[in-house]
Amino acid sequence: MTKNLGLINSIKPRIKEIRLSLYLLGRNRLTRLSLVVVILLILIALVAPYIVPYPEHIETETNPEDKLLLPSGDYFFGTDELGRDVFSRVLYGTRISLQTALVAVGLALLIGIPLGAIAGATGGIVDEIIMRITDIFLSFPPLLLAIAIAAFLGPSLENAMLAIAVSWWPWYTRLIRGQAVSIRERQFVKAARAIGTPPMKIVFGHIVPNCIAPVIVQASMDIGGVILTIASLSFLGLGAQPPTPEWGLMVSTSRNYFLNAWWYSIFPGLAIFVTVLVFNLLGDGLREILDPKTRKI
Amino acid sequence: MANSILKVRALKKYFPVRSGFFSKPVAWVKAVDGVTLEMEQGEVLGLVGESGCGKTTLVNVLLKLEEPTSGEVFFDGLDLFNMDKKSLRKIRKNIQIVFQDPFWSLNPRLLIRDIVGEPIKVHTNCGGEELATKVGDLMEMVGLPRNGVYKYPHEFSGGERQRIAIARALALSPKLVVLDEPTSSIDVLSQAQILELLRDLKERLGLTYILISHDLSVVNYMADRIAVMYLGKIVEYGPAEDVFGQTAHPYTKALFAAIPTLDTEGIDSITTIEGNVPSAINPPSGCRFHTRCPMAKDICKEKEPGMVDCDEGHIAACHFIKQKPGG
Amino acid sequence: MSGYFEVKNLKVDFKTFEGQKNVLDIDSLALDKGETFGIVGESGAGKTVLALTILLLLSAPPAVIRSGSINLDGENLLQKTEKEMQKIRGRNISMIFQDPMSTLNPVFTVGEQIIRVFKNNKRITRKDAQKEALRMIETVKLPDAANIMAKYPHELSGGQRQRIVIAIALSCGSEFLIADEPTRNLDVTIQAGILKLVAELQKELGVTVLFIANNLGLVSAICSRVAILHEGRIVETGKVKEVLKDPRHPYTLTLLNAIPRDKGEKVNLDNIVFKDSENANEKGCRYYYRCPEKKDLCRDTEPVCRLIAGTHTVACHMAFKGGEAGGKQHTEG
Repeated sequence: MTKNLGLINSIKPRIKEIRLSLYLLGRNRLTRLSLVVVILLILIALVAPYIVPYPEHIETETNPEDKLLLPSGDYFFGTDELGRDVFSRVLYGTRISLQTALVAVGLALLIGIPLGAIAGATGGIVDEIIMRITDIFLSFPPLLLAIAIAAFLGPSLENAMLAIAVSWWPWYTRLIRGQAVSIRERQFVKAARAIGTPPMKIVFGHIVPNCIAPVIVQASMDIGGVILTIASLSFLGLGAQPPTPEWGLMVSTSRNYFLNAWWYSIFPGLAIFVTVLVFNLLGDGLREILDPKTRKI
Repeated sequence: MANSILKVRALKKYFPVRSGFFSKPVAWVKAVDGVTLEMEQGEVLGLVGESGCGKTTLVNVLLKLEEPTSGEVFFDGLDLFNMDKKSLRKIRKNIQIVFQDPFWSLNPRLLIRDIVGEPIKVHTNCGGEELATKVGDLMEMVGLPRNGVYKYPHEFSGGERQRIAIARALALSPKLVVLDEPTSSIDVLSQAQILELLRDLKERLGLTYILISHDLSVVNYMADRIAVMYLGKIVEYGPAEDVFGQTAHPYTKALFAAIPTLDTEGIDSITTIEGNVPSAINPPSGCRFHTRCPMAKDICKEKEPGMVDCDEGHIAACHFIKQKPGG
Repeated sequence: MSGYFEVKNLKVDFKTFEGQKNVLDIDSLALDKGETFGIVGESGAGKTVLALTILLLLSAPPAVIRSGSINLDGENLLQKTEKEMQKIRGRNISMIFQDPMSTLNPVFTVGEQIIRVFKNNKRITRKDAQKEALRMIETVKLPDAANIMAKYPHELSGGQRQRIVIAIALSCGSEFLIADEPTRNLDVTIQAGILKLVAELQKELGVTVLFIANNLGLVSAICSRVAILHEGRIVETGKVKEVLKDPRHPYTLTLLNAIPRDKGEKVNLDNIVFKDSENANEKGCRYYYRCPEKKDLCRDTEPVCRLIAGTHTVACHMAFKGGEAGGKQHTEG
């Protein structure tokens, strides 16, 4: 009984926080719109296998007699060179793109945050070593590095995710480290030291939670960027392999039919465009609510 | 002194000023330059001085946040800088601090339960409901409602946050609490309550305080003994009544004269000391205060004054103090 | 009273996610030319909001100015456009903020910063601006002005920085200065210097100062008159001596009693009730829920500022029940 009460009590303030966050998110019309679209995209990704009109067109089945048909009542976005429904494939592609983007960004965060926080919080030689390694990674153009790694690991969607994570984490490390250096000087960190809190607990219990906000913003904006990078890798043949309905891959194959089948490239392209845009807008909105100045109200 | 709790002997803390390719120290900031103090169990020591006089560094050394350059600190008879890790952990529980700014001394992302409970979690195996109950007790002790445990710091006012900081400092039942400007960033009403609370807690729990403050009305109200610091040295030290009543050092006098109170009428009744605090890298020769002292003579530039007994237990470092006969 | 500076019927609200909240409701506040007027209150009483409203620097989305007028030398500031205000800020009104370090631009020398102010506001050559800047630094009593000119903000001490901020505030000939707790976080010795400087400038240049403070000691040192602000309302105002020696509003009394005096004496805590938005009384007296002498009347009717004696006015129903002030119950203005 009392246990439940404690649980409820510890959830209550968080609910209040969430309500305030939603209020702040909703103040900006563009953010509100992007939030709705992002939620819609996530929903589509979740239920895609069950709602697509031609689930058999996702994988291997082909339908040569219906190839390259114009958008119609049967095929909303037309069909591709193998007669597969583009609408079904674009819808299903949401699942693939979001999944890979989330995993890639998540992996990058998993490497980047601890390294950055430790570097910023400890300083000295540890900081020096970690940051020089990040500098090495940062000295390559990110896409080039991802291409090199993906080519080295061999073309597949999993390897593309890994390649992106490896080329992406240094950005988070640098961001977190900058924050951590300023948080380190805050009094509550000194207070924790005065209590005798072990250093690693200070890093992950005090410093990380306080410098995570800009990283969340960056990460949500990066989801767009990562989707784009995966699409690029797939376009170059280094990411998803046919017949996976990955947007980049679809745009890539549609190149050959562009002149007589515009719908084939337009719809996956549009999907990439919208997804990247809404995640960027959402990131901007998150910046607003995570900024302590606007929070004060 | 029979039940002395803290003994500081000739404590020095120098910070290197580095420059050049190999980061060689080229000079030293003499933040604390030979401080000797002794505190009895249950007393309140007021530490007074301008910013940059070394108060904060002194406290950091006492809290073991910094290593001293030289000197000794004995806490409860144990040498603080010469002990094994296990006894150090034990000692650490006994010295706690309350910081000046209650807005930055509490981690804004944590619940009060986790902030106040942190020292308990670090030093004991206590968690879950037991911890929440303990934190609730602490909250009640500082006059806050129990259910505040499940709130975030920003839901409290400045005065309440300072109470939370006090609750955290008391979580491990320390013997010595350092109060670093505990009321300087909250308003008078909260200040009055915090001071009352601190006095009350001291009586109830038998605490010893080191109170850093630039507000002399606060020091006067709280302190049994006062130490005035200037550029890393103590220039006057003694029972509060004597330091306030028979102020000996010209620096202390100047400090007192600069403070406007309710009885101040017009700007002419407060005075200021000319000039700024000199750099602690190259402190002035002789008496460190001679550059700003209204009564400085040649001797002050050449010879550093030693501590002179003005009265029973009241000492000051100035060439112009007449020693009490037989004192 | 003929007001050089006059605030009338000013109402400012903040829009928050819990609804619209009134933060400032000032019936009347008038400053004579050349005086130093103190505003005292707890944090959150609306002191800084008042200062920012006068300069029209409140950020507009949360803040809404519902009604009122702010007259400076006969001109209503609230009717000015942003462009007109830009000219007024600096030339007619200036503000000194709490934290001099964040007011000054860290990448320029302080001399350069003062010179820029001159160049932006007057058509003068750089050479003349330089001379003027030097003169301004001397005006704020900083020794070795030429040397100070070449320094960056971080090379100066807190007191020197605040003096530079004052120099910048005065460099465009502004005669009305709003000082928002200018000595907060400064050492007492430095504070004394800044207070003396403000008093001297006020005498020498005839500047009018609105001095926001959270410490009654400061007010008694440099102000001629004072207003006590409670939740956006002036509850007591008058000459400093009148208010501090004979406080009539229970809030003023509580503020005065809260200052620690002697060791033997306990601080008087009996009447301290803290601000609490849940118990706030929206209809009658805002101090109702904290007041030790509340009556039913206070819950329902909001008291207005009434003259007690001389220039001393109080907004409290109970202040008049005592008798001696009973005959003088007429509203001000």
